[in-house]
Amino acid sequence: MTGTPPAVVVDSVTKRFTLRHARSIKDMTVRALRRETLRERFTALDEVSVGIGVGEAVALLGVNGSGKSTLLKIVSGVMPPDSGTVRVRGRIAGLIEVGAGLHPDLSGRENVFLNGAILGMDRAETLRKFDSIVGFAEIGRFLDQPVRFYSSGMFMRLAFSIAVHTDPDVFLIDEVLAVGDPLFRQKCIERLHEYRASGRTMVIVAHDAKLLRQLCTRGVFLEQGRVLWDGDIATATDLLVRKRQERRGTQPAHSRPAEAGR
Amino acid sequence: MTVAAESAADPELVDPGRGGGLREVVRRRYLLRLIVRRELRARYQGSLLGLGWSYVRPAAHFAVFFFVAGIFLRMSEQVEHFPIFMFSALVLVSFFNETLINTTHSVVGNAPLVRKVYLPRELFPVASLLVSCVHLLPGLAIVLTVALVWGWTFSFAAVGSALLGFALTATLGIGLGLICAALHVFYRDTEKVVDITTLFVTWSVPMIYPWTVVRDTAPGWALDLYLANPLVDAVLLFERAFWWPTTSGSAAFPPNLTRDALISLAGAVCLLVLGQLVFARLQRRFAEEL
Repeated sequence: MTGTPPAVVVDSVTKRFTLRHARSIKDMTVRALRRETLRERFTALDEVSVGIGVGEAVALLGVNGSGKSTLLKIVSGVMPPDSGTVRVRGRIAGLIEVGAGLHPDLSGRENVFLNGAILGMDRAETLRKFDSIVGFAEIGRFLDQPVRFYSSGMFMRLAFSIAVHTDPDVFLIDEVLAVGDPLFRQKCIERLHEYRASGRTMVIVAHDAKLLRQLCTRGVFLEQGRVLWDGDIATATDLLVRKRQERRGTQPAHSRPAEAGR
Repeated sequence: MTVAAESAADPELVDPGRGGGLREVVRRRYLLRLIVRRELRARYQGSLLGLGWSYVRPAAHFAVFFFVAGIFLRMSEQVEHFPIFMFSALVLVSFFNETLINTTHSVVGNAPLVRKVYLPRELFPVASLLVSCVHLLPGLAIVLTVALVWGWTFSFAAVGSALLGFALTATLGIGLGLICAALHVFYRDTEKVVDITTLFVTWSVPMIYPWTVVRDTAPGWALDLYLANPLVDAVLLFERAFWWPTTSGSAAFPPNLTRDALISLAGAVCLLVLGQLVFARLQRRFAEEL
């Protein structure tokens, strides 16, 4: 990594969530009388340090609740870390979850402008890229229909198309490639390859080991908020497959309290 | 870590969630404009009357208050041109209440965005304020039309009073709104409190009665307390702007109204600064609470 300037620097980041068991005064009293705890602290990320150089494509892996989505959110700025620092270079765009910024009552056209602005594009830039966005999303004559009449595939395509067209310096992708029809999925993956080839930075969270091996050169494996492996993608995906099998072997589907990060 | 040490010196590496507060909102005013438009569009989606509702509501309010207070309680006999007296106050009170209620819901209502995309979160309360401003316009147009019919003429004193009253109300609304919006994320009780507050606001300003009623019936300290309410200043200013010029001018306003209003405005600006500080502090935990 020497030589390439850093695009994302995560330095000993810790994030804890508070799980509140009781919200109302009544619940609090009841729990206090029974001597139960009112809240629980849960460490989602524990002293995580990761440096990502410009042009790298990094996968974040881990079983559910390992803190990968939380890490992605901290990098995107949605959540500040409790301790440690995060610093990024340039414009970041996140596909943290598909279509967060799409408003169901607005038409596709209006949503392109709104979501573009949310992701940091100004009017001129959106106008310039408008045809390309609509073309890529393949929504055709539905452009002026409210987005809530869109099929889930169309919705996804529009969201993805807007996000890739913001030309971010750092692209954060969380689980978006899991949905959508196979054809469009292929198109997205091609687009991500192109994007990578143009020398920009990508951080992906996904569960599809094969896809990650295709797209990324480096894998960071998280377990219970700690970095277990940071290195080549093959080892990281193997680790993921192995951990999954272990989990399947041991658990009678007990759920960790971990999805607090959502 | 060497990488971290290097990065500290690199000016192009920035904190992704660096607040910036209201100043950042001004910088992203293009986005703000789109959000305001979205709010307006989404609110009237699928409704026949659309923005027409922003005429119906004040009209209904007006009718109720006019018949109850003006006719049955005979305020019309005590207050010259009572309809415009009341309506000029009503538009301002509605503006304040709407601002407060909508800002309170603004962050929770945009939960998907707050949770997933980093934006200066002050955008949402500010957008709510601007939406209320848009809704204020039809009311103001009606007030002005009726006032003109009753012989209102332009004067700098009148327009200045209106602007001061508006500035005071808007500053107060967004200052309180920022605090309520942030609190609402953590405690959903906030909206109930706000709801009750708006009830008090409606009746604690000289809208369906002149302030002189309070002066003549309540003890001195109660009057002082009554007049200390910045919204009373704002409402009186609006009445001085739109109603008073149409009357014979015999109605009295509290002495030093302009001075008191300016002091209130300074207080409201302090509240706004406080609101921004509270909001900036609490917004760090928005994403995990929502």
